Amino acid sequence: MLITCPYCGPRDVIEFAYQGDGNRERPQPASQDLDAWNAYVYDRLNPAGDHNEIWQHAGGCRAHIRVVRNTLTHEISSTAFAHGGHRSATRHKTEAKS
Amino acid sequence: MAEYSAFSLLKNALSGNKDWKPAWRKPDPKASYDVIVIGGGGHGLSTAYYLAKEHGITNVAVLEKGWLGSGNVGRNTTAVRSNYLLPSNTRFYEHSMKLWENLSHDLNYNVMFSQRGCLNLAHTPAQFDDYARRGNAMRHLGVDAELMTVDQIKRLVPALDVSGSARFPVIGGLMQRRAGSARHDAVAWGYARGADRRGVDIIENCEVTGFLRDGDRITGVSTTRGEIRARKVALAVAGSTGRVMQLAGIDKMPIESHVLQAFVSESLKPIIDTILTFGMGHFYISQSDKGGLVYGGDLDGYNSYAQRGSLPIVDEVMSEMLALFPGLARVRMLRSWGGLCDMTMDGSPIITTGPLPGMYLNCGWCYGGFKATPASGFCFAWTIAKGEPHELNAPFTLDRFYRGLFIDDKGQGATPRLH
Ligand SMILES: Cc1cc2nc3c(=O)[nH]c(=O)nc-3n(C[C@H](O)[C@H](O)[C@H](O)COP(=O)(O)OP(=O)(O)OC[C@H]3O[C@@H](n4cnc5c(N)ncnc54)[C@H](O)[C@@H]3O)c2cc1C
Ligand SMILES: [Zn+2]
Repeated sequence: MLITCPYCGPRDVIEFAYQGDGNRERPQPASQDLDAWNAYVYDRLNPAGDHNEIWQHAGGCRAHIRVVRNTLTHEISSTAFAHGGHRSATRHKTEAKS
Repeated sequence: MAEYSAFSLLKNALSGNKDWKPAWRKPDPKASYDVIVIGGGGHGLSTAYYLAKEHGITNVAVLEKGWLGSGNVGRNTTAVRSNYLLPSNTRFYEHSMKLWENLSHDLNYNVMFSQRGCLNLAHTPAQFDDYARRGNAMRHLGVDAELMTVDQIKRLVPALDVSGSARFPVIGGLMQRRAGSARHDAVAWGYARGADRRGVDIIENCEVTGFLRDGDRITGVSTTRGEIRARKVALAVAGSTGRVMQLAGIDKMPIESHVLQAFVSESLKPIIDTILTFGMGHFYISQSDKGGLVYGGDLDGYNSYAQRGSLPIVDEVMSEMLALFPGLARVRMLRSWGGLCDMTMDGSPIITTGPLPGMYLNCGWCYGGFKATPASGFCFAWTIAKGEPHELNAPFTLDRFYRGLFIDDKGQGATPRLH
């Protein structure tokens, strides 16, 4: 599987560290909303199909990247910096490889 | 039910083995049942078996989307053990171990349960201390555990590199002698036959595509073979839990689906007579009765519903094998395959009533549900029959995360891919 880092370009999956479900929202640190904390820490969307997830290019530029990947085919439909970042989001398709 | 005996073998041999009955019927689904079990894997079939055997509930259907054994029950590496640390896990898996020890007899079906032991290797003093603690915890609860020295390990597994120059020198290990392996397909077939003979309908090629409801209450399922009603609907779909729960409108669970790979080599003469786990990486190996080395390692590491694996893990598993057994470098790999694991946030399973009325849920088996097959079915059948958990599965609730009562045997927190 190749993941295209918006900074470094297409790189092998072994350079990346998986950070999981990208739909979760971290509550404010002072929040005492148990439901919100529980949802953030434990609940996962886990779809069979397109999945919005976070990866870190740990063996490269170390940027956090938002990746949309199909969990059935491993086809990646988009990658972008997870928190905006200095380059605009890129859109591209990579071959489904695994 | 004893169809298999020395006498029946002889009789059928003399008549050319033409008169054996099929192990289970192929009935069409009825319009309704008392209980529908979704998923014809080991857990679904054992649940149906114990529903009939222990609770006299026989108006039951097991619905399987493929053929029996096409899921993880036929894809795993067959390690059976009860060497856990936390009491709720130890009690549950030890109950399973006791059922395994009598299973061939109980089912009148040879599941080839072989208690060849399971040895966890330690490579640092801290790890060895940790195993001593685990062994003590096990013995407290009446489970067998033994610390082993390097000399003992060398005698037990001569092919293992225990020299000081090994990449990760071995300094000792923790052995559970009653652990072992079983013929996984036979486990599914044996339970299927036992349930079928007690009246359970096992319906293959019948995929559940939706749930019938009356308000919140689940009242049946829609399938590729029509609608089927039931008073109780029980899920045991292993790695497909996320998908099937979405059909019931529940789109978030404390679960991620991951793929786990396994490998088998060409047949060799006997070189290893136990199950060995490598404490420095994530690798384990045993030898099948046919002579193939059966081994595996980590998850691929990201959500997946593809029943096949990726190459980086193949690479990693092979290098870990060679770190332990340099002498296997030229052995050829015969096959590799993948199965879907539903990884929970604490690495422990969920066996519970709900989460919707009329529904019962058995899931979250992570890497290790094969060993649980008998106890899982036993406890799940109890929960379905009585509408409340058996004391052994009472801790394995769905809301334990919310309530702060997780069962985190490895101490790895809410990171499913690390369990
Ligand atoms: C490579 C690998 C190695 C493993 N090694 C070990 C090991 O050594 N020891 C150990 O204890 N555990 C091991 N496990 C884990 C173990 O195999 C599983 O935890 C356990 O088998 C899961 O329970 P099951 O047998 O009921 O699941 P499965 O056999 O997967 O049963 C679930 C069934 O549900 C069916 N299903 C899914 N969706 C639907 C639907 N919509 N309608 C109808 N049917 C449906 C599936 O087709 C499947 O047959 C391993 C797993 C893998 C993948
Ligand atoms: Zn990068």
